[in-house]
Amino acid sequence: MIQDYFEIAFKNLKHRGIRSWLTLLGIFIGVMAVVALISLGSGLKLAVASQFGLSSTELISVQAGGLNFGPPGSYVANPLTTKDFDAIKRINSVKQAIKRNMRSGKLEYNNKVVFGYSASVPDGNDRKFLYDQLDLTLLQGRMLKDGDLGKVVVGYNFYADKVGLDKSVTVGKKVLINNKSFEVIGVVDKRGSFIYDNLVLMNEKDMQDLFAYGDVVDIIAVLPRDKTNLDKTKTDIETVLRDRRNVKVGKEDFKVSTPESSLAQINKILNGVQIFIAIVASISILIGAIGIINTMTTSVLERRREIGIMKAIGATNSQIFFQFFIEASLLGLIGGFIGAFFGTLIGLAGTAGINTWIGASIKPSISFALIFFSLLGSFLLGGIAGIVPALDAAKQNPVEAIR
Amino acid sequence: MVKKGEDSIVIELRNVERHYHMGDNIVRAVDGISIKVKQGEFIAIMGPSGSGKSTAMNLVGSLDSPTHGHIFLDGEDVSRLEESDLAQVRGRKIGFIFQSFNLIPNLTAKENIMLPMMFQGLEIEEREKVAEDLLKLVNLEDRMNHYPGELSGGQRQRVAIARALSNNPDVILADEPTGNLDTKTGEIVLEFLDKLNKEGKTIIMVTHDPNLAQKHAQIVYWLKDGKVEKITRKKK
Ligand SMILES: Nc1ncnc2c1ncn2[C@@H]1O[C@H](COP(=O)(O)OP(=O)(O)O)[C@@H](O)[C@H]1O
Ligand SMILES: [Mg+2]
Repeated sequence: MIQDYFEIAFKNLKHRGIRSWLTLLGIFIGVMAVVALISLGSGLKLAVASQFGLSSTELISVQAGGLNFGPPGSYVANPLTTKDFDAIKRINSVKQAIKRNMRSGKLEYNNKVVFGYSASVPDGNDRKFLYDQLDLTLLQGRMLKDGDLGKVVVGYNFYADKVGLDKSVTVGKKVLINNKSFEVIGVVDKRGSFIYDNLVLMNEKDMQDLFAYGDVVDIIAVLPRDKTNLDKTKTDIETVLRDRRNVKVGKEDFKVSTPESSLAQINKILNGVQIFIAIVASISILIGAIGIINTMTTSVLERRREIGIMKAIGATNSQIFFQFFIEASLLGLIGGFIGAFFGTLIGLAGTAGINTWIGASIKPSISFALIFFSLLGSFLLGGIAGIVPALDAAKQNPVEAIR
Repeated sequence: MVKKGEDSIVIELRNVERHYHMGDNIVRAVDGISIKVKQGEFIAIMGPSGSGKSTAMNLVGSLDSPTHGHIFLDGEDVSRLEESDLAQVRGRKIGFIFQSFNLIPNLTAKENIMLPMMFQGLEIEEREKVAEDLLKLVNLEDRMNHYPGELSGGQRQRVAIARALSNNPDVILADEPTGNLDTKTGEIVLEFLDKLNKEGKTIIMVTHDPNLAQKHAQIVYWLKDGKVEKITRKKK
């Protein structure tokens, strides 16, 4: 029997005017936002986490600038120096520390110019430590050695022609970085991360020659003595730097982050965005529900006569209720269906956009469950919105209605 | 269907009144009428406009409840039951035909005829078969999938007759069934009612036309101001 109600409801909806369809806009926007948010959101989280999260879970990073979300090497008022670095190395709970510089510059190749980041590689023991931590696999050539000058190792995206040079950069080729010629001696294999795949690595001496940053240090990576107690090392570093830089607790102009804390911070921002979109979605869904109540109430008024006829030919109150209830549910479902469709499109297109933008390969988190539950949700929402109008329809007086 | 004896009373109204409140006034639309309807009779309720015919008709069809008095349906007192309590019984025992046809505009002729059977919970295959048979009966099998808006008045009323018959009810209630039709198409509709009556259906027809009433009905209740003025019987 239930499919009869659906069939009739469907026929009734087919004959509806444009106004009832406009009232579906709320549910449409709400469901679209939810589906887009979820399909994009967790993908985005994954992407950001994989972009900024270090490959190692045991390294602590130190940067100047306090609450600074800019990339390493961007301008800060009071940068870290080699003296800060030396002080950190002397801390008891620090097993090893390396300093690195990252600078943006222009790279020329194939008569094209692109802007990107160069990162320094330290000498000696620190080099080995860094290589261990980065855990890079080479696609071509070799890694930098002590004493290599005028040589660079480039990320996968240069090789894969994804940086805008219109030509693959391979081992043996020469590139101009800030007008100085460098020989490419290695290409790193694909990592699926913006930072790694777009990177240019060179020895510290070349970096210093190119960018002349003196004793400024952009980022210090610290390996704690006790891997199970990162927070102890973090606190020690903070105490030393506060003392050296003469700042009070809470007024730090530097940031010591453990992998967990940086991840937590990224998640905090993303959660904020997600909560905002969720609120927007809830409001539209609420408006959508009101829209359905409104259009169903109008419809009950317009169809009083029809209701009277149906009662005269034997419809019980609950059958009338059910007819209108199903119609409202179907309205919700249709709004949800369109919303889910466009939400999925946004999820797919958005993920593709992020992928080309940061050169990663995240998959949108669109699942059968997501679609199913958003459709079920809109169906139920429509039904709930339809309860009062449907009750109203059920208690119409047939004699009054047919007169 | 259980065939009832010639004398079994299908519907009885006993001193029924139906009042409407209009502000401070009370309109006695039906003011103490008694009607006995026996199985297989053709009855007419006759009277001028505003005499209470439709109100009486709704009471007979258990669409409305009386202010005073009693209504019996197959011997059972239904006067104090709600309209909705009687919906199932009404759908099974009574078929309505209205002056303004009252088809559902969004449904085709066939679907309109299937609707009362759906409310009785019949399976789709049976509903379709019965609807198609009834469309043949009213000579509209070629208009099966037309919407009411695509049919003429006479065709619509024939669809309405088919719909009234769909649950094979004992009683057909027709309120001014030819009121919106020209004489010729009206005749066709009335011929159908006569034919149904010959096949054993009880017909109760409301009309303001004394000629129609006397030509087709065996018993005519003459209404005036909500009261039965007289009852006339056709000689057999
Ligand atoms: N719902 C109602 N409210 C108020 N007055 C009504 C209502 N229905 C009918 N009446 C009044 O009752 C009287 C009988 O109406 P009705 O039964 O429709 O007459 P008929 O069908 O014979 O023309 C009329 O005066 C009409 O105005
Ligand atoms: Mg009338």
